[in-house]
Amino acid sequence: MIEEYRGVWVFIEQSDGEIAGVSKELLGAGSKLAEKLDVPLAGVLLGEGIRELSSQVIGYGADIVYLIDHPVLKHYRTESYMKGVNFLAEKYKPEIFLYGATPNGKDLASAVATDLSTGLTADTTMLDVDIDKRLLEASRPAFGGNIMATILCKKNRPQMATVRPKVMKALSFDESRQGKIIEEEIVLNEEDMRTKVINIVKDVTKKANLADAHVIVCGGKGLGDAEGFKLIHELANTIGASVGGTRDVIEAGWLPHELQIGQTGETVTPKIYFAIGVSGAIQHVVGMKNSELIIAINNDPNAPIFEVATYGIVGDAHEVVPKLIEQVKQLRVEQGGEVSYV
Amino acid sequence: MHIVVCVKQVPDTKIIKINPKTNTLDRRSAPAILNPYDAHAVQEAVKLKQALGQGKISVLSMGPPQATEVIKKSIEIGADEGYLISDRAFAGADTLATSYALSKALEKIAAKHPIDIVICGKHAIDGDTGQVGPGIARRMDIPPITNVIEVTKFDKENRIILVKRKLTNGYEELEVQLPCLLTVEKEINQIAYSPLPNMIRAARYKPNIWSVGDLEAVDKAQLGLKGSPTVVGKMFTPPKLDGGKLLEGAVDEQVKQLIEVLSERKELLNVK
Repeated sequence: MIEEYRGVWVFIEQSDGEIAGVSKELLGAGSKLAEKLDVPLAGVLLGEGIRELSSQVIGYGADIVYLIDHPVLKHYRTESYMKGVNFLAEKYKPEIFLYGATPNGKDLASAVATDLSTGLTADTTMLDVDIDKRLLEASRPAFGGNIMATILCKKNRPQMATVRPKVMKALSFDESRQGKIIEEEIVLNEEDMRTKVINIVKDVTKKANLADAHVIVCGGKGLGDAEGFKLIHELANTIGASVGGTRDVIEAGWLPHELQIGQTGETVTPKIYFAIGVSGAIQHVVGMKNSELIIAINNDPNAPIFEVATYGIVGDAHEVVPKLIEQVKQLRVEQGGEVSYV
Repeated sequence: MHIVVCVKQVPDTKIIKINPKTNTLDRRSAPAILNPYDAHAVQEAVKLKQALGQGKISVLSMGPPQATEVIKKSIEIGADEGYLISDRAFAGADTLATSYALSKALEKIAAKHPIDIVICGKHAIDGDTGQVGPGIARRMDIPPITNVIEVTKFDKENRIILVKRKLTNGYEELEVQLPCLLTVEKEINQIAYSPLPNMIRAARYKPNIWSVGDLEAVDKAQLGLKGSPTVVGKMFTPPKLDGGKLLEGAVDEQVKQLIEVLSERKELLNVK
């Protein structure tokens, strides 16, 4: 039975005529899996007036695009998208089906997995396949420990996973890539829908800023208390960086939760990432390890953050950071102008 | 109006310790608490009931007998009734098997008193999946609305609610027909201090406890470990990354080196 299932699929998230970054990343990751399994990679594209996005899906690595274009699919809604995706999956039977771990991707994958009665691994950060058994190895940080767990779905198909944004690498866009577009039609009536999208509000909040920030100063519980955490704001202000915190910091109420970095918060990829008083638990590391330059300051020489950091300083943040602030200010004076890292 | 809130008992991750030998968590070291997101789910039910001036709030949990504690906690916040499904047959369930078991219990609750809204927390802090809520909604064939940050309007007459749902960059406003299922974010409300009568009631409250035998038409093959398509293949420490160059010397010297590094890597920066 499960031998009937072939191929690697990626759900393509789109809005306003643009493909989500995570979908491009998944096409990149999916193409490696498809190559190992010697099967085509397909993108699943649903929406209204989205046919022209097919060439982009192919350009980012898909061999096939399964397309459903319908007015009822204008905005993402669980009930309409689920119908389309279930229909395609039941008809074409993929063995692996990946979704971005975004609000809509997680919502859709959860609904589809229930309907298809199959396994779904949440918030994956590593993907591989066991070629002989054709098993997807979806790994994610296991709760609590500095350890990863690989989740397998042996007997049910498709094997599904949601994947954290910004941890996989997209292929560079290749305009000349060729692929096949398979368009399907399904019956959807607006009057059957039990949900209506009234309004979509784009909100350029701190959260969005954090995801796009060039420099981030992140503080952990090593700062001691809310008073000690002010040092993080001070450094960030001095160098024009955004502030983030670990789960502990958010739980302690030192920062609002939209500034949490890590597995259950934001994944960030700034140019420079300062981890100050951050121990480097795997939950945190998966959310920042792709930053270009990582600088860690921690008084525990054995803290795992030093394994991730490009440069580390073993020392008391309350001693090191004020000196750093002072020297940056000094530098600014010497250069006779403003030094801003933003 | 009947609102059912699904709650879970979880170890308090703020306090939990890691066993340095196995790198796994020492569950005995952490007190068990009501999943924080679920506390907000119960609070939202209380808020809706107060706004409507009527209604009943039931809470449902699955877990070992001691999970009655989180039901009592929910009563303290303002729930009226509590149910716990507890049976060895449920043990080892992944999200698919969990949503199946909970939906069977919801069926039984609904048979006595039809359900208008199911509310769940966005995710549990021990599993971090967020998959059970939408799973329950699919099994009940009601729309799931995940990541809700506000219920802005409750139209009792037309049985419609308006909600705000968090998106990657902003939020959307949705009009939803009842019955439906909501999963809520923490910012949806503030947990209010429990009034004394609630606390007294909670202390004395005995939740209804159901075993598999108490549920109707259960397909045992879909329960627990047997009904779970996902299994943990292996556990491993994450691959080490490069880097790890520690700066040497006294603090002043280290800071000086760091400034040099930052100045050298100007290509990473936008120095005005």
